[in-house]
Order: sequence, then C-alpha cells, then structure tokens
Amino acid sequence: MATTSGGEVTIRDLSKSFTLGGRPLAVLRALNLDIRSGECLVIVGASGSGKTTLLRILAGLEAADSGGVAIDGRPVHGVGSERAVIFQEPRLLPWLTVLGNVAFGLEVRGVPKAEAEDKARFYTALVGLAEFSDAYPRQLSGGMAQRVGIARALTVQPEILLLDEPLGALDAMTKIGMQEELARIWSEENVTMVMVTHDLEEAIYLADRVLILPREKGGTARLVEVELPRPRDRSESRFVRYREELLREFGLH
Amino acid sequence: MSLQHIEQSVTIRAREDRTGLGADFPRLANRTVIRFLSRYGILIAFLAIWQVSSRAGWVNPAVLPPIDTIVSALWNGLAGGTLLGDIAISLQRAGLAFAAAVAVAIPLGLFMGQVRAVETALDPILQVFRQTSALALYPVFILLLGLGEASKVFVIFWATLFPLLLNTISGVKQVDPKLLEMARVYGATRLTAFRRVVLPGAVPSIFVGLRLSATTALLLLIASEMIGANKGIGFQVMNAQYNFQIPLMFAAIVILAGLGLIANQALVSLQRRLCRWSSPID
Repeated sequence: MATTSGGEVTIRDLSKSFTLGGRPLAVLRALNLDIRSGECLVIVGASGSGKTTLLRILAGLEAADSGGVAIDGRPVHGVGSERAVIFQEPRLLPWLTVLGNVAFGLEVRGVPKAEAEDKARFYTALVGLAEFSDAYPRQLSGGMAQRVGIARALTVQPEILLLDEPLGALDAMTKIGMQEELARIWSEENVTMVMVTHDLEEAIYLADRVLILPREKGGTARLVEVELPRPRDRSESRFVRYREELLREFGLH
Repeated sequence: MSLQHIEQSVTIRAREDRTGLGADFPRLANRTVIRFLSRYGILIAFLAIWQVSSRAGWVNPAVLPPIDTIVSALWNGLAGGTLLGDIAISLQRAGLAFAAAVAVAIPLGLFMGQVRAVETALDPILQVFRQTSALALYPVFILLLGLGEASKVFVIFWATLFPLLLNTISGVKQVDPKLLEMARVYGATRLTAFRRVVLPGAVPSIFVGLRLSATTALLLLIASEMIGANKGIGFQVMNAQYNFQIPLMFAAIVILAGLGLIANQALVSLQRRLCRWSSPID
C-alpha cells in the first residue's frame, strides 16, 4: 500500500514569535528549507528553539507570522488530508477499541465504516497489534498505545507524516524497538517523514538529514546529511562519529 | 535444579485437587456463601437485631414494629391495592419531573459547555439558583402554580435540573483539548468533533449527574408529598404516622428505599452498557 509520490515541502522565510510576559520572543527567524519527497527529516534543537512550533506550522495547527509553507507547490493554510500528525501522547479516544481508533481518521473523512475498518485492520496488523484489535486504550501499555496512534496516522495514507517527539514518553527499551519499527514503516510506506526529537541517537538512527535549530538569537539553522547504510547500526564507528558531531553542535562535546 | 523442583510440587498439588468431580461442588458453594455474606452480612445482621429486639421488647414495638409485621403490612398494602395507587402517582410525579429535567439540562449543558460566552453569562445566576434550596422555593411555586400537581412536579424538576446541568457542563469542559486537536488534524468539522469526541467524552460525567438527580428527585418527591397532598408514598408515610399505623408507615418507607435502589441500579446498568470502555463502575 504505497502512497503516491509527492510530499515535497518548501519552507520560505518562515518566522514566528510568541509573546512571553508582554515581550515578543522569536522562535523561528526567516527559516528556509526544502524537504525532499520521501525523505526522513529529523529536527533537533534545544528546548525553546522552535522545533515543535515548526512542526505545528507544517501541520497547519498554527499560522506563521510571515513567510510560508508550500506542499507540492500548493501553499498551506490549515490542516490538510495529505498530512497526518503523530503526537507525543497517543491521543486515543478511550471509548473506541484499538480498531475503532485506527479507523477514526478515515471515518471522520466520511469513508464508509466497513471500508475504513478494512484499512484499519491492515495497519493495525502492520504495527503488530492485530490480536489487540478489540482492546480498549486503558488496557494498553504506553508503547502499544503509541503504535495505535501511528497506525491511525498511516491509515489515512498521508504523503507527509509529521511526528512530534512520538517516542519521548516511552522507556528506553520500548523506545529502541519503536525506532526500528518507525524505520521499517518509513521504508515500506514511501512517505515523507518530518520528526521532532530531542534524542540525538534517535535522529541519527532515522534521519536522511538532521535539521539543527539554533537557540541563540542570530544563530542559523544547520543541516547534517546522515550518509549511513540502512538498517543502521548504533555501535558502528561512523554512527558514533555522527553523534559526536551533533553533540558538538550543541556545545556538549 | 530448583526449577524442576518447583514444577514437580505444582503437579502434585494439581493432582490432589482433582480427587473427584464431586469435590468441587462444596468448595464452589462455600465460596458463593462467603461472597454473599461479606456483601450482605451486616445488612442481614441489622435486620435480625431489629426483629429480635422488637419481639423481645428491648425497644418499643409500637414505634419500631418487628420486621415480619412490616413485611405483612407491605404485602397487604400491595396486594390490597392501597399502596399501588400511591406508588403510581408518586412515580408519575417524579418521572415527569425527571424526564423534563433530562430534556432541558442535557441539551442546555452540552451547549453551555461548548460556548464559553454563554456559560460565563449564565454561571452566576445558576450558582444562585443552585444554592437556593428548592424546598424554600416550594411555597413560591405553590403561589404561582397552585397546590395541585403542577407545583409538585415543578419543584422536583427544579431541584433535579441543577445537578444534571452542572455535571453535563463540566463533562463537556473536561474533554481533553488534545483529543479535539487530534480530530481537527484528521479534518473533523466542529459538528463531527462534537459528535465523535465531546459527546462520548461527556457521558460518564452526565451519568454522575443523572444519578445525583434521581436521588434528588425522590427526596423532593417525598417532601412535596408531605406538604399538601392526599395521595402518594410521601403522603402515606405522614398519614400512617398520624393514624398511628406504624407498620404501614414503615412499609411506605421500605417502598421509597426500594424505588431509590431500583432507579440507581437502572442507571448503573445503563452506564455499564454505554461506558464499557471506562474503568469499572461502582
């Protein structure tokens, strides 16, 4: 079930600031970026660097102050059916079963229930939860719940998958398993993936390119191309060197 | 080695358990009895002490008649039909008022919970009304509506309206905005988000309101029937006491308790059916 190609994102002169204690606080300053169709771009940056804001603007949940975003040449205004978002929390509806939650996105878009459930069944199996189809969210572990959220996003077959620290709340062991899962899904689904994380190892494991957002005023965003074969090996020397490079960017090494 | 040891001992115990098919029955029966007693033991003891102390004359049997006398008064009242008419009229009053409260409070609460401006504007007056005892307003309602059915139904309606309305509003307001944002990402319109996220999310809180309102309805029913009524369970409690028919008075009280239990149980099982997803309901 590969999605159609597309999912090219163009970001031009994007700026956004918030008011904090009566004073404007710029989080994004004239950002320019081209996200290639089908790539996996991971955004890292210290807290307050605007990485989540950037993702929310891409999702259409927030508007930019100036500049703009275009997807496949069409300017973005608000949410759109070619994008799906995976949040840090699974955000499942507690009164729907796993299958009901996975089908939710399609049903909201008016897809007939039977058809939506067929697709939902496919993606529930893809994230390895086929036997939990009838379970309710309160019966699931954190990792399982997040898988349901991922399946729900995949079911609408987006061109662009936006992930806001999707594994941030999971324990270390579950996290590694889920990173492998995401890498597998990304390679199978042919989708453009834009992900925010604060975990540098996660960034190197998944990314084609890593975008590092500056924290201090006047700093510039930097892109790091990760040229490692997949599936990636965390203990490999080149992997470790990428990690050191990113740490240096943050002034931690 | 130790693992093997454990496995073996488990096997032996399992074999001991299956000495015969019949051996399971007494154990199962025992467990049922224990469960029953742990739940209803104190209630049974309470009734037993009442019965014995009344029969033995430790308490005045004219004021606290023995249980069997109350039961037979209850039976006579029901079989003879005198209490049936009272039950019917009481159920009609409480049912009408409760249904009207549901019809007004749930839609209004859903609306008020959604639109901040309406809630802000109406909240102060609602708080004043809620804190004013409905019973204190009963004379006002009698002046306005007369001493007939209308004022009785209205005072019950008035008192049941607020718990339901306020719980519906808080149910809507408690719906996680993150879930609404999720629905928005998938392109849900406001109406779809309301139907698929807000409404189901508010159901548990609405049920809290329904159960509170049902209790309030019975309370106000009795109070209104004790003032200026000539029929109804509440009237029967007062009337039997005036005429010193103490077993009949207790029979009417038992019916009231029964109505309360049935109403609550009906709501609990409805809630169980609608809210299977949430944690167990007590």
